[in-house]
Amino acid sequence: MKMIEIKNLTKRYGDLLAVDSVNFTVGAGEVLGFLGPNGAGKSTTMKMIAGFLTPSAGSISVCGFDVEAQPLEAKRCIGYLPEGAPAYGEMTPAGFLRFIADIRGIAPGARDQRIRDVVVRLGLERVFEQPIETLSKGFKRRVGIAQAILHDPKVLVLDEPTDGLDPNQKHEVRTLIQGLAKDKIVVVSTHILEEVHAVCTRAIIIANGRVVADATPDELEARSRYHHAVTVRADDLETLKSMLSGVAGVDEVIIDNEDKVVTAFPRKGQSIFAAITRLIQERKLAVSEVLLERGRLDEVFRTITQTGARS
Amino acid sequence: MNPVSVIFKRELASYFSTPVAYVFIVIFLVLANAFAFQLGGLYERGQADLRPFFDFHPWLYLFLVPAVAMRLWAEERNTGSIELLLTLPVTQNQAVVGKFLAAWAFVGIALALTFPIWITVNYLGDPDNGVIITSYIGSLLMAGGFLAIGSAVSAATRSQVIAFIVTVVICFGLLLAGHPLVLGFFKMVLPQWLVDGVAALSFITHFSSISKGVIDLRDLIFFGLLIGFFLYATSVVIDLKKAD
Repeated sequence: MKMIEIKNLTKRYGDLLAVDSVNFTVGAGEVLGFLGPNGAGKSTTMKMIAGFLTPSAGSISVCGFDVEAQPLEAKRCIGYLPEGAPAYGEMTPAGFLRFIADIRGIAPGARDQRIRDVVVRLGLERVFEQPIETLSKGFKRRVGIAQAILHDPKVLVLDEPTDGLDPNQKHEVRTLIQGLAKDKIVVVSTHILEEVHAVCTRAIIIANGRVVADATPDELEARSRYHHAVTVRADDLETLKSMLSGVAGVDEVIIDNEDKVVTAFPRKGQSIFAAITRLIQERKLAVSEVLLERGRLDEVFRTITQTGARS
Repeated sequence: MNPVSVIFKRELASYFSTPVAYVFIVIFLVLANAFAFQLGGLYERGQADLRPFFDFHPWLYLFLVPAVAMRLWAEERNTGSIELLLTLPVTQNQAVVGKFLAAWAFVGIALALTFPIWITVNYLGDPDNGVIITSYIGSLLMAGGFLAIGSAVSAATRSQVIAFIVTVVICFGLLLAGHPLVLGFFKMVLPQWLVDGVAALSFITHFSSISKGVIDLRDLIFFGLLIGFFLYATSVVIDLKKAD
């Protein structure tokens, strides 16, 4: 079932084309990663899905409701975490979540139980009665997510939920998103690529307002030059390079002097890992590490967004 | 619960969760009474009425009401909470009205706390309480007009300081529109019907007729239309400036 359906979505700011006829649909069970360089149109797209900005052209429907024609119905179906997780700083999480529950029309009888559930899920018990403006970034973000999932929405839209958090907090938020993904569809924007593998079932890359890639994280990695390349760590890099160049199927070998590794790239569609490991064993080469690369998302990202920007 | 009343409750509570509300109320009460007794000569006049008290309200509001109105939308825009508020299942108009009513109620609370001066004149003499009640109503309506203007200005900027200054300037213009000096000047250069038009915009003209004890429908309509117009303008401005 299509939970989000976007057709020819366009947003203009004066002469600037921020989002340029974007099309995609998101179905049940998907966690969609929304990637792109800063200023690519990610946030603008998410703001339009959430009903904050009005599209210049095109249409968005969420849970079958057109965002412009039936905004309240669509908004009821969405939980939205705006970028930076804004909240009313002078309120406590307790007061803030009660406000959200009331305005979302959660029945007073069910309200306190619902807030308790969310507070436990996000680990907010300790700060429940502290003003939000005094909380750490991690807690603020969790309050923002609590607010977004309070009414148990079918669609969850999170704009850069891990931006500015420390590695532990990032990990927590990702685990949380994975947990949420079980019964809702999640759209999460980020420019942190490791996140895509960690949480997403599908990734859309957007550059200059256009969708330049729409694939699973594995498919994206397969586009990388590093896909199925072999990286070897050793002391004598020059000798290693010349030996690897002779292996059948190897297209090119490059030395990375910073990391003290040599990487051999295969010709398209060829597998060179077995041949290289055999060579190392036969010649008894002194290597400390042999790695079969899966593909580097950051490289794919750079290639796609930069060529996308040129075209 | 109605979204307007949920927003109203949250906003009003937020005034009192910071010291700002108490500072405002104290300053309002001190100045209102100081003006009435020192400048207005409430005692010296020897009359049991509150004219000197209410006469200074327009000038008191000129600085104090924009201070309440400046945070209405500028703060929401500055912290980004506007994006949260307007993606909740409420219409923009409900948000505009809810926030405005909360600010109005807050000024109303401050105004209501001036009741000791009313008790005082009743103790000292035998004032016309009907006039005093209509004066309070007129004063509250005028505060609403100032607030609605402040709301629209506040929606146009992230900066509360700018919102404050611009609102003061606009309100100052609307206050002076009815001043004899200003009207005298306009009389020299403008035809009479335009002078009347300028005078008709004056807060002071409408306020002073209400505070004489006459509730004229035209004065009520003036403040009602003024508030309605500037709340509508608030909504329009929010739409225009959303993307910034």
